[in-house]
Amino acid sequence: MKSVKKVGKHVIFYAALLGIWALLAKLKIWPSYVFPAPLGVLQSLRDGFADHSFWIGIGVSMKRIIVGYALSIVLGMVLGLGVASNKFLEETMGGLLVSLQSLPSICWLPLAVLWFGLTEKAILFVVVMGSLLSITIAMEDGRTQMPKIYRMAGRNLGASGLKLFWYVLLPASLPFILSGLKQGWAFAWRSLISGEMIFVSLGLGQLLMTGRDLNDMSLVIAVMILIVVIGFIVDGLIFRTLEKRLQYKWGLTSAT
Amino acid sequence: MTVNSRNAFTPETRKVQLRVDAGGRWKAGAAPTIAPLRVNPTDTAKVSLKGISLQYKTGNGSRLLALDDINLKVSPGEFLCIVGPSGCGKSTLLHLIAGLHQPSMGTVLVDDHLVDGPGTDRILIFQELGLFPWLKVGENIEFGMKMKGVPKSERRERVQHHLRLVHLSKFKDSYIHQLSGGMRQRVALARALATEPDVLLMDEPFAALDAQTRDLLHDELERIWAETGCTIIFVTHNVREAIRLGDRVALLTFRPGRVKREYAVNLPRPRHLEDPSVALAAREILDDLREEINKSIAAEYEGVQA
Ligand SMILES: Nc1ncnc2c1ncn2[C@@H]1O[C@H](COP(=O)(O)OP(=O)(O)OP(=O)(O)O)[C@@H](O)[C@H]1O
Ligand SMILES: [Mg+2]
Repeated sequence: MKSVKKVGKHVIFYAALLGIWALLAKLKIWPSYVFPAPLGVLQSLRDGFADHSFWIGIGVSMKRIIVGYALSIVLGMVLGLGVASNKFLEETMGGLLVSLQSLPSICWLPLAVLWFGLTEKAILFVVVMGSLLSITIAMEDGRTQMPKIYRMAGRNLGASGLKLFWYVLLPASLPFILSGLKQGWAFAWRSLISGEMIFVSLGLGQLLMTGRDLNDMSLVIAVMILIVVIGFIVDGLIFRTLEKRLQYKWGLTSAT
Repeated sequence: MTVNSRNAFTPETRKVQLRVDAGGRWKAGAAPTIAPLRVNPTDTAKVSLKGISLQYKTGNGSRLLALDDINLKVSPGEFLCIVGPSGCGKSTLLHLIAGLHQPSMGTVLVDDHLVDGPGTDRILIFQELGLFPWLKVGENIEFGMKMKGVPKSERRERVQHHLRLVHLSKFKDSYIHQLSGGMRQRVALARALATEPDVLLMDEPFAALDAQTRDLLHDELERIWAETGCTIIFVTHNVREAIRLGDRVALLTFRPGRVKREYAVNLPRPRHLEDPSVALAAREILDDLREEINKSIAAEYEGVQA
């Protein structure tokens, strides 16, 4: 009953949005290359998928985000746990990490280009720099906030070294690091698109720039919609489900 | 060899003659009773604590002497109960034996080997239980075996066995938060037993149970203890529970924690918590314990005033 109501609200909202958009386009206040009609955007979407350029763009971008994000997680784990395990590092480097986080990741691009040239590596570097800090901070928090009893119980039952980390410390701290992982993903996704916009690189960011070069506003908006939808799917499907599972296991919700 | 009890016992028990049996333990003569214990120095010990002291650093930089010069010997297969007021260092003592902390002074020996870390020969059931919320009940019980490298098929069998033992077969696939407090305590017991330790360390394991379940688990624990021949060190604040279960009871003092006295419990098994002989024996320990509890209350009162 509740969910039907919720879906209804969404339907009404988006219908109204589309209606106003179509109406404004119909009034022809702006030329169509500045303000395209919904149907034009739909057409661009259809064309983009039909000539495979969208599929290729999505494929390339997804590959980059997966590699970049995975790298961030591994590095963030090493850094975060390293920082959290050392009092000196925690006091000194912890502050540096937080202040570095205020740096928009695209600022790393000039540096990346100088180091790696206009290559795949440069884009990956930007993606990693975009999400690494939030993941590092999340890992650090996870390690300090995790109840100590789990570590003791794990050691007591014969876990040590890597086994202790994998079977006890990581799952025990997951509730505390998940929001950081999610934030890291959002940053990685944004960094990727901005990075891709700078030079010819395939990918969704590149498609956006193609739209601009062709003066094709419908294409630009179609790609923007794609970027939002992919972001929504990953957030809603992967992170929400993970969050829900976690909350269910740990009994953090009043699940029935 | 017969000895008169020298301590100030209640009149009924003071007259009781005690004699030591072949194993070096005190046995009651006529009436069941308790007695001050003399450990035979030639006894081989399963666990022996030699001059254990432990200091905690407290928040404001000062130090708290939690345990001071603890000397205890636990024979193989013995059931030792430790009682003492809250905050006297009972949990700390178990953590030391489990190898989770190092003493500031003194040594912990198990089978005459120095303890310098955790080992699956000694399993501790934590006061806070420490069950893993990300694992199902069955997986929790399986955990120690998995760490030890027990093959999967054997693990599955033993999980079933231990689930039956604590009457939780139906809850194998539940998560911890879905269980009641008493059920959680039973999972913790099963998880510890499944690793088949030589020494089982239990920290107030039955504190949150209703009387019926507790009685049942007392019986179960006693049976498991007899079957496996493991050594049990059992911490409780309930003196009657200590007498119901223990071969011997050690009373700790409050701050610093020292062994104030040891009592051999010479009541025949099976015992019951409500037995008059248990109540009678408990009264003597309670008198000693009350002194310590008063000290702890006084200390807390001072803490409030300061
Ligand atoms: N990590 C710690 N840091 C500082 N002090 C501690 C720490 N753990 C325990 N203590 C102190 O050491 C003393 C003994 O604690 P412990 O937990 O061993 O007591 P206990 O006998 O198990 O008490 P209870 O019956 O309430 O469980 C207490 O006074 C406590 O304040
Ligand atoms: Mg305790």
